[in-house]
Amino acid sequence: MSADTSVLFDVPGPRARTRHRILAVVGGLIVLAVLAWVLLRMDEKGQLSPDKWMGVLRWDAWRYYLLPGLRSTLIAAFLAIVISMGLALLLAMTRMSENFPLRWAATIFVEFFRGVPVLIMMLFAFYFLVMMGWLPSSVNPLVGTVTGLVCYNSSVLAEVIRNGVASLPSGQREAGLSIGLSPSQTRRMILIPQSLTAMMPTLVSQVIVITKDSALGYMILYPELVTSARQLGSGAGAPFQAYVIAAVVFIAVNYGIDRLARWVESKQRRRGRSSGKVANPQDVPMVGAAVRGTANTPGHG
Amino acid sequence: MQTILQDFGLLAAFWMTIKLTAWSAIFSLVIGTVVAIMRLSPVGVLRNVGTAYVTLLRNTPLTLIILFCSIGVYGQLGIVLASRDAPGGFIDTNNFRLAILGLSVYHAAFVCEAIRSGVNTIPLGQAEAARSIGLTFGQSLRQIVLPQAFRGAITPLGNTLIALTKNTTIAAAIGVAETALVMKNVAEFDPGLLWTAFGLIALGFVLLTVPMGLLTSYFAQRLAVKR
Repeated sequence: MSADTSVLFDVPGPRARTRHRILAVVGGLIVLAVLAWVLLRMDEKGQLSPDKWMGVLRWDAWRYYLLPGLRSTLIAAFLAIVISMGLALLLAMTRMSENFPLRWAATIFVEFFRGVPVLIMMLFAFYFLVMMGWLPSSVNPLVGTVTGLVCYNSSVLAEVIRNGVASLPSGQREAGLSIGLSPSQTRRMILIPQSLTAMMPTLVSQVIVITKDSALGYMILYPELVTSARQLGSGAGAPFQAYVIAAVVFIAVNYGIDRLARWVESKQRRRGRSSGKVANPQDVPMVGAAVRGTANTPGHG
Repeated sequence: MQTILQDFGLLAAFWMTIKLTAWSAIFSLVIGTVVAIMRLSPVGVLRNVGTAYVTLLRNTPLTLIILFCSIGVYGQLGIVLASRDAPGGFIDTNNFRLAILGLSVYHAAFVCEAIRSGVNTIPLGQAEAARSIGLTFGQSLRQIVLPQAFRGAITPLGNTLIALTKNTTIAAAIGVAETALVMKNVAEFDPGLLWTAFGLIALGFVLLTVPMGLLTSYFAQRLAVKR
């Protein structure tokens, strides 16, 4: 019962149509009433005054705060996605390997880091680096943020790859073995490439999770978008407006990535390029062996 | 170890995590179900409102949503969620409830999508059968679709619950005394204990989330509608 949920109801007759119209009007009025109330309260507090909004919309605010903030967000997200992807491939291969100690180590790594909150990892990595003083203190927040993101997302992506391999038709593996490839060659040359194609849309949506989670860098003062919005807001005396702008930027960026993911997926489906279903982090079970095929909903962090 | 558990209040922090998780789970399930029904309904306006809710909430970082609860809902709109003489202190109780609000509205978007993916597991014929015996939209939703959708959505719902448990750490952004704040305090006041604190907190979260994962897999298999 996928795209077309309209099977849930008949083509409305005259009475149903009246009822729907009433519901639509009532629902619309409730939403408008809430919005109006919010705006009124904001106006009472003077939050709608043009001064406050101009403070965060003028070019200087973008040049010195918001755009550098967005750049830092994107840098952290980019580094995290590249490193996570490499590590995830390694982890997935290790976890599927025939070598018992290796498989065991990868399993522990993956299950542990899927269980620990990203923020805890970030705080730990950051304060650990501060304590050790290995790096110049200006890069500690970036490294802390990226480390936290990589630990979690590499584990999640490794499971997605494994899930993708498990959802391939069994003939793929049998074919590889029957032409004399070893199990690890079969995985490397036949299974994982197909799993990667199948998980392309998931990979793209995981970029959203990483971009969003990079906002946790706020807690260790990494100068990403939320941190720079806070600085801008307290400087311009308009904290609320600055956060609103930051939220709008985040929503715009993530919505763009989301559309990209859907486009990749629809293109793949049209060409029938992948033999597996699209794997999805939200449906990967937390613990243990039960790897199964997936429905298609967005992941989250 | 004794120091972290008692002086830094790690046990109390974990109790806070559990309270945040439990309340937010209940509220997000309720809000998420309502939004899912809106997104499935025949009324276009409600469908669009539901879609807008999910798109907006899902694409905003949770850190920002929780900050908004503090400076927007409380600071600007003046919505107060605790009484002035609340036993735990007004500021703490209010921040605790604001954090629950933020966590609930954010995770409701994922609950909604989980339920919709549960609806997708139901064969088309079921809805057609419901219609053909004359059930209205509300009746078929209540009696045929939603009960099966919840059972089909257990895996994503369980994963949302696990994500929620871990995301409660972000409540530290508005000063709720939970594990991330303990971690920060340990790092600032007694850095020698950093490893111990990290180990204990990680262990605590593993102990909280692993049973959730096991229960999720168990119930997903146990309650799945056999087809």
